[in-house]
Amino acid sequence: MRIVEKRQVLSAAEMDRTLQRLAYEIVEKSGGTADLALIGVRRRGVPLAERLAHLIRAFAKADVPVGTLDITLYRDDLSTVAWQPVVQSTDIPFAVDDREIVLVDDVLYTGRTARAAMNALFDLGRPKRVRLCVLVDRGHRELPIEASFVGATVQTSDSEMIEARLREIDGDESVVLVDRVAN
Amino acid sequence: MLLIKNGRMVDPASGADAVADVLIEGDRIARIGAPGEIRLGDGGAEILDASGWIVAPGFIDLHCHLREPGQEISETIETGTRAAVRGGFTAVCAMPNTQPVNDNASVTRSIVERAASARARVWPIGAASAGSKGESLAEIGAMREAGIVAVSDDGRPIASARLLRQVMEQCRALDLPVIEHCEDASLFAGGVMREGARSARLGLRGVPAESESICAGRDVEIAALTGARYHVAHLSARRTLEHVREAKQRGLPVTCEVTSHHFTLTDDDVTYDARFKMNPPLGSHDDREAILEGLADGTVDAIATDHAPHHPASKEVEFDRAPFGVIGFETAVGLAVDELFHTKRITLTRLIELFTTGPARVLGLRENRSIAAGALADLTLFSLDHPWTFRAEESASRSRNSPFDGRKFRGAPMATIVAGRVVGRRPLAI
Amino acid sequence: MALRFRHLLGIESLTTEQILFLLDQSKPFQEFQRYPLKKLATLRGKTVALAFFEPSTRTRISFATAAARLGADAMLFQAEGSSLKKGESLLDTVRTLEAMMPDAIVLRHSASGAAEFVAARLEIPVINAGDGAHEHPTQALLDALTIRDRKGMLEHWNVTIIGDILHSRVARSNIHLLSRFGCRITLCGPPMWMPAEMESLAPGVRRTARIEEALDGADVIITLRVQTERQHEPSLSPEEYILLYQLTPERLRRAHPDAIVLHPGPMNRGLEIDPAVADGPQSCVIEQVTNGLAVRMALLFQVLGTPADSPGEGTNAAN
Repeated sequence: MRIVEKRQVLSAAEMDRTLQRLAYEIVEKSGGTADLALIGVRRRGVPLAERLAHLIRAFAKADVPVGTLDITLYRDDLSTVAWQPVVQSTDIPFAVDDREIVLVDDVLYTGRTARAAMNALFDLGRPKRVRLCVLVDRGHRELPIEASFVGATVQTSDSEMIEARLREIDGDESVVLVDRVAN
Repeated sequence: MLLIKNGRMVDPASGADAVADVLIEGDRIARIGAPGEIRLGDGGAEILDASGWIVAPGFIDLHCHLREPGQEISETIETGTRAAVRGGFTAVCAMPNTQPVNDNASVTRSIVERAASARARVWPIGAASAGSKGESLAEIGAMREAGIVAVSDDGRPIASARLLRQVMEQCRALDLPVIEHCEDASLFAGGVMREGARSARLGLRGVPAESESICAGRDVEIAALTGARYHVAHLSARRTLEHVREAKQRGLPVTCEVTSHHFTLTDDDVTYDARFKMNPPLGSHDDREAILEGLADGTVDAIATDHAPHHPASKEVEFDRAPFGVIGFETAVGLAVDELFHTKRITLTRLIELFTTGPARVLGLRENRSIAAGALADLTLFSLDHPWTFRAEESASRSRNSPFDGRKFRGAPMATIVAGRVVGRRPLAI
Repeated sequence: MALRFRHLLGIESLTTEQILFLLDQSKPFQEFQRYPLKKLATLRGKTVALAFFEPSTRTRISFATAAARLGADAMLFQAEGSSLKKGESLLDTVRTLEAMMPDAIVLRHSASGAAEFVAARLEIPVINAGDGAHEHPTQALLDALTIRDRKGMLEHWNVTIIGDILHSRVARSNIHLLSRFGCRITLCGPPMWMPAEMESLAPGVRRTARIEEALDGADVIITLRVQTERQHEPSLSPEEYILLYQLTPERLRRAHPDAIVLHPGPMNRGLEIDPAVADGPQSCVIEQVTNGLAVRMALLFQVLGTPADSPGEGTNAAN
């Protein structure tokens, strides 16, 4: 098996424009920034959440708090994974109660990560409302979960994957569609 | 009639070392001749080809535990002696810590009776004190009549100096050696291995070597006081050996034995596996070095096995709770050949002394171990290079508690002859 | 680089990477102790057998709570401590427990080597919660976490351990762990409980019988609990121990001003440690308990949270 890059879904410039649009949508559909808070789901949701907060600060002149969430302990597939899980910190420096929370992640796929993220969140308190923001929705939901804020929707097959590359983590900046093919 | 051909006969008593044929008639050696010299009529003698083997006088084990009467779950006289002859031993001295303790003539007699059909000779050692409790004298005189060859409370020391003196006075009069398990109970105190870097790392309670040596030092003084023959059992420490050396220099009838596990292993070999737990515990590297020196320079008189069977379930517990002891009949000769002879620490003649004339002298046997016309036909035939692996599972003993399970050897007992009969043969496959 | 291990029998058999990994993995679990809802479903359906053959309240509760907060169930076996009591053997007891299909067994026993003995004979992972005088690995890990948190790092400290070193599994495990990180370790206590061989356990270990000398320049002080009754041994009288070895505020002043004081608990206030020191700002005993919970949660997660045959290397996979 090897991974083959098939096409680019979003270029760096398109990513910037998409994030800008998402930032506007979030503020608009939350009725302002009053109780708003962004929580990035590790790993790539974190820099995305930080960028959104930065963009919001620029146009709304408001500081929206950002937290990070590690969902390793909430996964439903631990007994089947082939790798060794590493738990990282969940760092949410604000009270979750009565907040307008937007969970931020790079890709929405089966929905299991979002479910785990919600479980983690509810262990910390009782938010007023929780919505999901993703850079790419690639379909194939296995749970009744939808994102309120979607950057791009991409049709994918089972063997294909969406890879979001972020400069903070990968040094690169793009979203690509890759496929697993036999050697 | 039995004719042993082409073996290399090595007899410490006479100093002979030559390839020879040995003819046995009944239970005695009839003739010794150059190879091919002895011609037999049609009288139907059994022929044993000992080419490449050493032919030595029959080996004696001064120290073993046959567990009968009372602990037959671990061993019986029958199974123990079968293991003994497999190991090359023609005679074994059985310690008295049976159930009941062999502290009176009736127990001695029952052991002698049960041993009558055994493959090896069984010479019982009688208890020094009643029940080996260290309080009052056992019936040593009566046991002597019944056949004991020595006296010991093995498993424990005779803690009271006063009682030891009485035992020694009695044994001197009866011409019996006193064999002591040297230990100071207050220093031993719950210990399970030798005190040292290894016990510190394992977190196991250690016993200093001084537990053995101060007891030996005290005993030598009392032996000097009484004139008794005194023998240190299973010597494990340099300081103890120094006491023995000094006593010999003083001209005292003091002797000692070491076990094959003590000249092979050290406390560094101990793990949480109870097959490495015995009393006295494995000593330090320096103790082992002292033992090797003593084996070479004559301070050590004999190699013994201290064959101490414990049925498998009893040894499969936490180290602290396991009983002390390891089996040893079947590995002693292999270990001596590998660790002492092939390393050139001792000569072949010396090795044989340690199993024959040495033990005979300790016991004060009327008839020494030798290969000569008219001598008793107890012989041990062994190879210096036969390769084999010891597997405890295949031991003739009822027990499996050996630290040498799986060890490869170069040299093995090949055939054992007692009273003119071949009682043990190594199948060539093993 | 394999970070996985099947059993936790002691610090001696862990690599330095594995030790650091466990310490790092304890951090999210430290934060977890502050959540309003301290209940995960991570180990739901898993069972941990707690086999305590020696009396212990705090370690047992710590493991039980760690398991429960991860969503696992605990099976509790407790026996009277005396090794003189005959009865069902250790092997038979753990085999009985194993027959009830726990996913791991946490074992505390008075015999050194008990954990290794059991691990060699059962099919399930074994976590050593203290075997005789040999090792108490989770104690050393929580002590290391405490030191690292309070002092900012784990390396190169002057560590003094005071008490009955010879019979202490806490001392041994700490010696094995802290020496890995270049700490210089000074052992102090009655000479009969501190034989020369203890210096050979690890590099950088030395002994002194004088507490003043032991405390000069110390950065980390670990006071061991005094056991006033010992089988086979006459003990030092309490008065004698206090006079020679109690950690008092005056003696503590000889140490570095930033020195911290650890105690594995339970403390004999007024015996090995002056109450003023135990309750003082340099004392870490409360954090040790919280850290113990975090370390044990991290450990249970590693041992039970994934299939036993997963290979090494930590990565986060895709969602």
